[in-house]
Amino acid sequence: MSATTTSAATAAPDFEAVIGLEVHCQLRTASKMFSAAPTHFGAAPNSQTDPVVLGLPGALPVVNRQAIEFALRIGVATRSKIRARSRFARKHYFYPDLPKGYQISQYDEPLCEHGLVQFVLDGQPREARLTRIHLEEDAGKNTHLPGRATSLVDLNRAGVPLIEIVGEPDLRSAAEAGAYLRALRQLVRWLEISDGNMEEGSLRADANVSIRPRGQSALGTKTELKNINSFKFVEKAIEHEIARQIDVVTSGGRVVQETRSWDAERGTSFSMRSKEQAHDYRYFPDPDLPPVVVSPDWIARVTSALPELPAQRRTRFVEALGLPAHDAEVLTGERALADWYEAAVAAPSKADPRKLSSWVQSELLRVVKDTPLAECPIKPDMLAELVALIDAGTISGKIAKDLFARMLQSGERPKVIVDREGLTQVSDTSAIEAAARAIIEAKPKEAAAYKAGKQQMLGFFVGQTIKAMGGKANPQLVNDILKKLLES
Amino acid sequence: MAITRDEVKEIAELARLSLSDEEVTRFTGQLGSILEHIDALSALDTTGIEPTTHAVPMDCPLREDVAGAALPAERALAAAPVRSGDFFEVPKFVSGS
Repeated sequence: MSATTTSAATAAPDFEAVIGLEVHCQLRTASKMFSAAPTHFGAAPNSQTDPVVLGLPGALPVVNRQAIEFALRIGVATRSKIRARSRFARKHYFYPDLPKGYQISQYDEPLCEHGLVQFVLDGQPREARLTRIHLEEDAGKNTHLPGRATSLVDLNRAGVPLIEIVGEPDLRSAAEAGAYLRALRQLVRWLEISDGNMEEGSLRADANVSIRPRGQSALGTKTELKNINSFKFVEKAIEHEIARQIDVVTSGGRVVQETRSWDAERGTSFSMRSKEQAHDYRYFPDPDLPPVVVSPDWIARVTSALPELPAQRRTRFVEALGLPAHDAEVLTGERALADWYEAAVAAPSKADPRKLSSWVQSELLRVVKDTPLAECPIKPDMLAELVALIDAGTISGKIAKDLFARMLQSGERPKVIVDREGLTQVSDTSAIEAAARAIIEAKPKEAAAYKAGKQQMLGFFVGQTIKAMGGKANPQLVNDILKKLLES
Repeated sequence: MAITRDEVKEIAELARLSLSDEEVTRFTGQLGSILEHIDALSALDTTGIEPTTHAVPMDCPLREDVAGAALPAERALAAAPVRSGDFFEVPKFVSGS
């Protein structure tokens, strides 16, 4: 990092950052916002268009019901006020990726307003207010080839339904902005309205950042940071912008209101000087689209179909299942994972929820890193059975780990494998005693050392005895018996 | 005057229209008289009347989310002045430094 950042970081305690995010999120509909053109990501260039998408003369937009439904879902989930009659407006600007010369968006009558986003930072629950959530259409995609005087335009993305989630400037640090954005991503995935993939561009964030002396209530001049296209860079980009502004102010300058673009490769941002003096989008109601009416009945249906939300589920996992807060957070990261875990808790084996939680985190999450949870050969009731077998003393923890790997291979239930291969833990004291005696006789030097006070030799004998019994001996019993034999 | 020459120039720039001085003068006059006409409407008392944005009082019709056939790329690109493979090719327009 440069010297600039270092000096700014030193001065940082005198300033407070004020951050608000504008998040664009592609809705996972089969067809576009205003026409039936398909929305396959990654399709061949310009293969997902139709006359409406291309803005050809005479083409008329018709609203996709599912897009409204998806927007309602997040509107209700964020406890937003839903507008009974919302309106689409034209936002005018010229750009080659915008065939009509205007984007259909919502302006002064958005679908959702005054919502709330709940998230967790450093284990503490937080809230941030939403200004609004509105619907609009996406633009096409441009490719700028270095060293060429032309750009390439692909209109496949044009017309894909978007929601724009506009947050109030309630965030005070880059870390908080990062946590907020991750919570939004979790929410849109949880509600199954978007895949929330920043790298593929289905979730995009712009950050409005300003600083002010700590304790001052008036807001400083803000800059808009664009082009943060990866979760990895969100915090870094905002951190950098805060440091840049502090540096400008402490060196006697003034922050200029501008749009800056984040350059991930260089780890810095640059000013995007716009040719138009001020943005004048000349919004007006789209005459092709009458007001969208959302009936109380529709809202009620969406509300009752809403799944239990991440924040509620987190709390319930802590309060009803006795999980540590961190466990609850990990297990509610994805709805499919929370469902999986809860199915395991509810399985007939009645395994201990806390032990299940640690098995899910240490073993299951490791093996399903690259595959969908639903395709995992180990089903929730199978893991519950495994954990219950350990708890009942039927198998040892070591055998359980091996069993887990074999269940993953064959998809067989743990009991089936245990019964077939005689993996049941030996709790027969006479069998253990016989094995232990044999080991002690074979290792007189070590036995003498233990008797002479070298306590740690016990572990050696425990290991040897269990190994001699094919890993199946109950470790606690082995421990007790060895102690008795060695100390007699 | 209802509209200034500078405002006309600004609107023309936003609309990507290049106007000669003579045209700016002519359109300033024409737009001015249109705005004067609108001013006449403003004289009416419209308290309690909802602004009309659509001539037909109807709710927005909604479409089920069913994907139809896309236009083949060949046809989508048929009117492109310049193309590169299956892309539209346009003068470079990247903003920023």
